[in-house]
Amino acid sequence: MCTGRVDLAFVLRAFSNGADGVFIGGCWPGECHYVTEGNYDALFNMHLGRKLLEQIGVNPERLRLEWMSASEGLRYAEVMNDFGKKLKQMGPLGAGEGIEESVLAAKLEAVSKLIPYIKLVERERLRARFKSEEEYEAFFASDDFARLFNELVVDKLAVSQLVQILRLGPLSTTEITSALGLKPSEVSRHLKDSTRHGLIRFDEGLKRFALV
Amino acid sequence: MSHSIETQNSAPEKNLGDVLIVGGGISGIQASLDLANSGFKVYLVDKSPALGGKMSQLDKTFPSNDCSMCIESPKFIECSRNPNIEIITYTEVDRVEGEAGDFKVTLIKKPRYIIEEKCTGCTICVDYCPVKIPDPFNQNLSENKAVHILFSQAVPLVTYVDPETCLYLKEGKCQICVGACKTNAIDLHQKPEKMEIEVGAILLSPGFETFDPKLRGDFGYGRMENVVTSLDYERILCSTGPYEGTIRRPSDKKHPSKIAWIQCVGSRQVLPGGNSYCSAVCCAYTQKQVILTKDHDAGMDATIFHNDIRAYGKDFERFYQRAEKLSDVRFIRSYVTVGKEMPDSKNVTVRYSTLDEGVKEEEFDMVVLSVGLNPPNDVQGLAKTFDIELNQHGFCKTNPVNPIETSRKGVFVSGAFTGPLDIPESVVTASGADALCGELLNYRRGRLERERVYPPERDTSQEELKIGVVICHCGANIGRIVDIPAVVEYAKTLPGVSYAGENLFACSTENAKQISDAIAAKGLNRVVLGACTPRTHEPLFRDTCREAGINQYFFEMANIREHCSWVHSREKESATQKAKEIIRMSVARAAHLEPLQEFQLPVNKAAVVVGGGLAGMTSALSIAEQGFEVYLLEKDDDLGGMARRIKYTLEGMDVQGHLSALVKKVYRHPRVHVITEAEILEVSGYVGNFVTKVRSEGRVRDIEHGVAILATGAKEYQPTEYGFGTDDRILTQLTLEGEIAAKSDKVTGAQSLVMIQCVGCRQADRNYCARVCCSQAIKNALKLKEINPELEITILFRDMRSYGFKENYYREASAKDVKFIRFTPETKPTVEVTSGGLKISVVDPVLGQIMELEADLLALSAAVIPADTAVDVAKLFKVSLSPDGFFQEAHVKLRPVDFAADGIFLCGTAHYPKHLTETISQAYGAAGRAICIISGDSVTASGAVCDVTQSDCVSCGACITACTYGAIDFEDTPHGKKARVNAVLCKGDGLCNAKCPTGAIYLKHYTDDEIMAQIDQAMPVRKKR
Repeated sequence: MCTGRVDLAFVLRAFSNGADGVFIGGCWPGECHYVTEGNYDALFNMHLGRKLLEQIGVNPERLRLEWMSASEGLRYAEVMNDFGKKLKQMGPLGAGEGIEESVLAAKLEAVSKLIPYIKLVERERLRARFKSEEEYEAFFASDDFARLFNELVVDKLAVSQLVQILRLGPLSTTEITSALGLKPSEVSRHLKDSTRHGLIRFDEGLKRFALV
Repeated sequence: MSHSIETQNSAPEKNLGDVLIVGGGISGIQASLDLANSGFKVYLVDKSPALGGKMSQLDKTFPSNDCSMCIESPKFIECSRNPNIEIITYTEVDRVEGEAGDFKVTLIKKPRYIIEEKCTGCTICVDYCPVKIPDPFNQNLSENKAVHILFSQAVPLVTYVDPETCLYLKEGKCQICVGACKTNAIDLHQKPEKMEIEVGAILLSPGFETFDPKLRGDFGYGRMENVVTSLDYERILCSTGPYEGTIRRPSDKKHPSKIAWIQCVGSRQVLPGGNSYCSAVCCAYTQKQVILTKDHDAGMDATIFHNDIRAYGKDFERFYQRAEKLSDVRFIRSYVTVGKEMPDSKNVTVRYSTLDEGVKEEEFDMVVLSVGLNPPNDVQGLAKTFDIELNQHGFCKTNPVNPIETSRKGVFVSGAFTGPLDIPESVVTASGADALCGELLNYRRGRLERERVYPPERDTSQEELKIGVVICHCGANIGRIVDIPAVVEYAKTLPGVSYAGENLFACSTENAKQISDAIAAKGLNRVVLGACTPRTHEPLFRDTCREAGINQYFFEMANIREHCSWVHSREKESATQKAKEIIRMSVARAAHLEPLQEFQLPVNKAAVVVGGGLAGMTSALSIAEQGFEVYLLEKDDDLGGMARRIKYTLEGMDVQGHLSALVKKVYRHPRVHVITEAEILEVSGYVGNFVTKVRSEGRVRDIEHGVAILATGAKEYQPTEYGFGTDDRILTQLTLEGEIAAKSDKVTGAQSLVMIQCVGCRQADRNYCARVCCSQAIKNALKLKEINPELEITILFRDMRSYGFKENYYREASAKDVKFIRFTPETKPTVEVTSGGLKISVVDPVLGQIMELEADLLALSAAVIPADTAVDVAKLFKVSLSPDGFFQEAHVKLRPVDFAADGIFLCGTAHYPKHLTETISQAYGAAGRAICIISGDSVTASGAVCDVTQSDCVSCGACITACTYGAIDFEDTPHGKKARVNAVLCKGDGLCNAKCPTGAIYLKHYTDDEIMAQIDQAMPVRKKR
């Protein structure tokens, strides 16, 4: 099994289970044991995973990928110590970000639910293959990527989050805005669209939005 | 045919084999496995009570710092489980009669005073024995008993009695052990036993002995307690050593904080009692010891007194740099003497001199002598018994054009008996011996072969889940840190677990048997072993499961050593907690494991060899001589490669004579199909069934083959430095060699010549040593001195790396007045072309002033660099390259000619720069490994491959684009196109799984369920909060 086998669903499950960080250790680029160079796939997934975490308000640095060979015990120890230290600085998952536990769970669930969709659009629209880590970083930091990501993922993820947090109970627009961490104008657009699509409704009695 | 099967089973033919291997160290072990896997029956004889040789005493191995025992011991078990290997230990060869193809050998089995068949290895006798003796395995640094097992993982796991110290054998008293033994295995009246066997060939792999510094009396060894040899120190470092892996010094068992290493002890010395040759391995093993020592204790002060640093092997240069860069590590180039032992502290003083500070005397807590390699003990007797010749140093005399052959036909040699070698070269020559024995005995291949029989596999589909958990102490490796009884108790509480137990060394024969017994007795249907790494030990325990009659994929390994005890050695409680968590995760995963079937793939018996140089031709011819078809692909219009430019070797071999004879043989051999001007267009398939598309002379054809050997060679770097190319008096060593052979005017007319070493390597952009250039320079210098003794030759060098026996030629050159001047990378020489001649300036290392040398000729020792084709060939065959652009072997120590990809092998300078004889050894090695595959009818493919739940498949094709192996395609089904996996092509990387939006495609043995179960159990407590 290759690092490229590491599914974003695995990563999200670990966070959902309360992990404060997820570490992926892969073979050094150019030292692929399979010849398929799936470690580049892992690198891509890690970046994508970070973007998704960022989108739901989780510190993306909680997901870390490092290259190391089986003989680099020392390096492994150093990296893990460093990661441990950084995670301690970040604080516990959720608390460190100022997200309430139940909301965090809902948000993670929202991303998990979107994974099959993300896999489809990743292949159709996002996939890129480079030779160096820097190029991956540049790609994920580029305006092109941001545009695509916005177009393909951000709205879907917002609606998915909306549905998940409303499972916790009816919420006011202000509460929803704060939970989603989006601009009020965008929140209002999502609320309008989702109501129109019959996903949610406005409960006049409670003066809150609720699931249909 | 039926006749031969009958005779094989009848009693008188019992002692009939194909090959006798003398010496069960790593070389003998590898040769046994290769021969047994090539259809031969092997007798593996060792004079010691157990297999393993010197490698078993080492702590770690350079340059990867793998645990030595951990990578060697699985091979002991592989040997003991192979039905075609008969291991006979504690036995010496008494007489050899007959000739190649028909040897009669008399063996004398020494009395171990234990009946091997009855001994269970329980060691109760050891507990009862009243006689304490120094433990030979631990270099006499700790105690053992007069009856003992050589080491915990010993194969065979049988005790033996030391006749020198046993009270009964010495004085007729005691016999306590006899009463203590529950199986009546002790027989103190045993006599030597004579055994006669018949074999077709003999392989000598008796290894080496370390130089004994006591004999000469210098360096204080034997007189000063805190002076130890490097082999002593290996044991001191080792977790199974005298101090259980904490570094202590013998005098007071305290932690030393300042250690000195002294290099070249017993090597590079022409004094009586010393060895004139370089022992080839000591520089690297000392660097390893320094790195490991600093791992143990980061504050340790380490000083290495050395001569040249000979970091000439693959990755050695980086390894040296790694050691050198550590804090408080000093490498000091100086001859030294050991001064005195301080009466109170027992510290030892070392006197040394440096250029800038003069003579100094410094005190150390402990001194390690980097002792060299000697021929095995009683080598003269050995030579007489086998009627073979020895060289001037007492090692085996070998044929220069075939370093695996001795002076006697049918008797081969491998490992360090050919001269100082490291582990990979010992393994290479072992595989090479397989090829040579195969050439000799091909007519009888398979006649005595027997298949391994496993009990039928139990159908567990209707059984309730019964997980067995075994936790291994790994000696002290895990047991010293992790509270194992607590982990065992915890494991018993986990869902599905019906048995939990512990083992001292799960990998020992005895403990492995306990596991298989537990599987049978308790009806277990999943096994979790908390121990070391699956990388080295999983195959062994999968086999244990098969032996116990359950599917091998029901085995799950939890690494509580590398991932736990080794990294948390100072936090015992947390380590125990973490071990519990790791076990809990593995148990959860084990509950989901499915039985999987491996499958047999037919093997195409032809081979493809890429590269028609010396390496490729040697391999191809050996395979053909063993009865298999070979396609030899050469990109040029003729065979020969780089060797065409080499006229002679340092040892005086006539290279062109050998080469032209070889070329002729290759062209004439009916089973070698030479394709010149060949261009490989495409390679597809997998082990046993490759198809290579080749274009040659306008014609394209597909070659079907079972294995491939890549021998694409290397090339000489064309310097951009030192004025090369601006003046025809500046040439490379290879060009100079051509001029010397042609006795050109340029050479005969010259009065003075300068050589510059390390041109284009040992620098940032090519951070390796090209290995051959020092000997190349010495070789050309000696030839030039032969032509014109008056010629002034100066060699400007950084370290002279004339390792092994080549050291003698370095000394000879010096004696013939060749001048050697050392320079550093910071003060490289400069070259000025003047009308009169060449002016080379270099800093005088002693005076620190610039010296100017006038020269008629300047020879540059240009690096050996990867061939231009390496990248393309690597891509075509999907194999990897090292950071320096040479082919990357599967494991630097134990799989030196294999690629990680099955069925593809490497040899020659495409692997790394090397001398001709080394290339030839490696070419035979690659042939031997290739034969292991094509001599069989089938290869086994892993069961851990992908499959598709077609009802979940949405035909998106994501898996198909993800698969580099082309293992997935669409098939038409009544429900439309659905993905389908060709299990034969799938290599189980699982990339497709992470791409599939519906989870329809799944990698067996690593399914989502299995992995999610592990993730969920990593932190189940927090989940519930």
